[in-house]
Amino acid sequence: MIKTISLAHGSGGLASTELIDQIFMRAFDNSFLQAHEDQAKIKLTELTQLGDRMAFSTDSYVIDPIFFPGGDIGKLAVCGTVNDLAVGGAIPLYLSCGFILEEGLPICTLQEIADSMAKTAKEAGVTIVTGDTKVVPNGAVDKIFINTAGIGAIPTQINWGMAHIKEGDKIIVSGTLGDHGATILNIREKLGLIGALSSDCAPLYSLIHHLHTIDGVRAIRDATRGGVNAVLHEFMQGSGYGMKIIESELPLQSTVRGLCELLGLDPLNFANEGKVVIVVSPECELQVLQSLHRHPLGINAKSIGEVVTKRNVTLQGLYGIERLLDLPHNEPLPRIC
Amino acid sequence: MQFIDEFRAPNAVKSLLNQINALVKKTVFTKDSPLNIMEVCGGHTHAIFKFGLDQLLPPEINFIHGPGCPVCVLPMGRIDTCIDIAKQPNVMFCTFGDAMRVPGQQGSLLTIRGEGHDIRIIYSPLDALKLAKLNPEKQIVLFGLGFETTMPGIALTILQAKQLQLSNFSLLCQHICIIPTLKALLALPDIKIDAFLGPGHLSMIIGIKPYEFISQDYAKPVVISGFEPVDILQSVIMILMQLIKQQYLVENQYRRIVADKGNTAAQAVINQVFTLQGNDEWRGLGKILDSGVRLNEKYREYDAELRFNTKRHCQQDDPNARCGDVLTGRCKPINCPLFGQTCTPTSAYGALMVSSEGACAAYYQYRQSDLI
Repeated sequence: MIKTISLAHGSGGLASTELIDQIFMRAFDNSFLQAHEDQAKIKLTELTQLGDRMAFSTDSYVIDPIFFPGGDIGKLAVCGTVNDLAVGGAIPLYLSCGFILEEGLPICTLQEIADSMAKTAKEAGVTIVTGDTKVVPNGAVDKIFINTAGIGAIPTQINWGMAHIKEGDKIIVSGTLGDHGATILNIREKLGLIGALSSDCAPLYSLIHHLHTIDGVRAIRDATRGGVNAVLHEFMQGSGYGMKIIESELPLQSTVRGLCELLGLDPLNFANEGKVVIVVSPECELQVLQSLHRHPLGINAKSIGEVVTKRNVTLQGLYGIERLLDLPHNEPLPRIC
Repeated sequence: MQFIDEFRAPNAVKSLLNQINALVKKTVFTKDSPLNIMEVCGGHTHAIFKFGLDQLLPPEINFIHGPGCPVCVLPMGRIDTCIDIAKQPNVMFCTFGDAMRVPGQQGSLLTIRGEGHDIRIIYSPLDALKLAKLNPEKQIVLFGLGFETTMPGIALTILQAKQLQLSNFSLLCQHICIIPTLKALLALPDIKIDAFLGPGHLSMIIGIKPYEFISQDYAKPVVISGFEPVDILQSVIMILMQLIKQQYLVENQYRRIVADKGNTAAQAVINQVFTLQGNDEWRGLGKILDSGVRLNEKYREYDAELRFNTKRHCQQDDPNARCGDVLTGRCKPINCPLFGQTCTPTSAYGALMVSSEGACAAYYQYRQSDLI
């Protein structure tokens, strides 16, 4: 058996069929795929029973390295899209996945990634119902790129969005910040902090769906690229209000904090792949925190600040001095000494 | 977190601030004629702003941000030399991250990386050596930048390159020494510095003795300081105590890191590989006598400028830019007409705005409200 991906695997011929059967059909096995049609046929009645709006989202995943402590590109590709659906209040249901593979990629690597996607999809309660594979010559992509798109149904009573944010609302994060970004930086730049860091990559619907029944949840975002800082700026843009957070309240793992201290970087700008930022009314703050704390992915949830009138994003430091938090203007670079 | 939290404890900071407020009353300094303390190192500048110490301290104390950031004193022409070399065929140019965004006449290293030239960000000089071993068909050039803090690591890298007989490795040497800088600064006629907060990590290498000329010849206190709020505030107290007693000494607040005699092994390796030779141009300070650091004759074969036969670029600074005045404490970043207007982190004119240790970057990043 051929052990690496060749251009023939993307030709649509026998090699393609074998690859799809042996890797994807086996891993994602379900009746939609077994129908071997060009599209998945999803019953609209199923969606309308669950809600009154369909949520639809897509994202592409390119990461170096493709395997990292706490996850891999496959797990990331499922979690990312599932979480984008869940933060809008949707019940994630179906995913598509498109693969762009580099000629020469070991087939066992692809198998491992597909298995990881299948496992994560099961955990997240979604079905991978359609997909696509392309192979490009060696060097045209970095090993593997994955695109996933997902659909879900938003229950009628859920109406989350940044336009609902009000002055005095509270800002909550579901756990420790920057774990994914710090983990990737440590590996990619070979910083040598062995065994100390692990990505938080996780599907979050099981955490978020407990918030469906709480009145006063205004808006939720997952704090991926750009970190919590980027989400706060999005909330500011979307609501017209300012966001003020308190430095001493930020939940941080000591390993992530150590890395940031060492390199002069800010964990607020680091990517997370299993954390959400939630704006809630002051009345339901405690209830939301209690709900998050009951879930393994939310045990470190904390209230970190509040919505204010003045339209900017600020951080109140350890000694009460407030300063502006700008969006980073470029990739973070470590300092010289 | 051990060795960090105890040096940031709010109670300790409050207590030190109370002591400073009491001590300052025993001095002649006023709000209009404050005690001017120059923090030489950019690391101090950022700590002062990050924790808001400038706002917490009484108005009788004024910090002046000195020339101790190696990226900030980099003349524009040196970035042009980096780019000349990086554009040569088959070159892999290695630099610390800070230097990537510094603008030269032809753009920055980040710009030319975008054009397809092979620029690598390294975290240790030994990473460049590894790249040289892994890529024998390429010429690996390391941009050696920094004061005495980074010189020992670069010197050891050169020694290893020689030991391994690597012929595809060279160094673009932009090292600088702190003492000639301070001498040049103190020789300027219109400088108003009453005391120095000495650089912590640099002093870990050179020790405290080299600063004695400041206390002896200029009657100014020098306190070598750590970088946490408690360190900086304690150093301010030590400076105030000296001024009250009218004693002018070099004191070491950062004893947990800095030995009074420095690191003699590091000093030896610096002396083995580098030599002080010739006058060098510094951004904002002009030519400084005997401040040029070169590779010793024995290691000259690793000099990238000789290997690639580069020319020295001389660029005139924008007459409106006040980088030099900021570096010498003659003005604050916000007094520069370019600050926050044509010079921002995304459209920086000078290194002070893009270096992670730059004074302008600190003013911009840690501004309290919409100053601009």
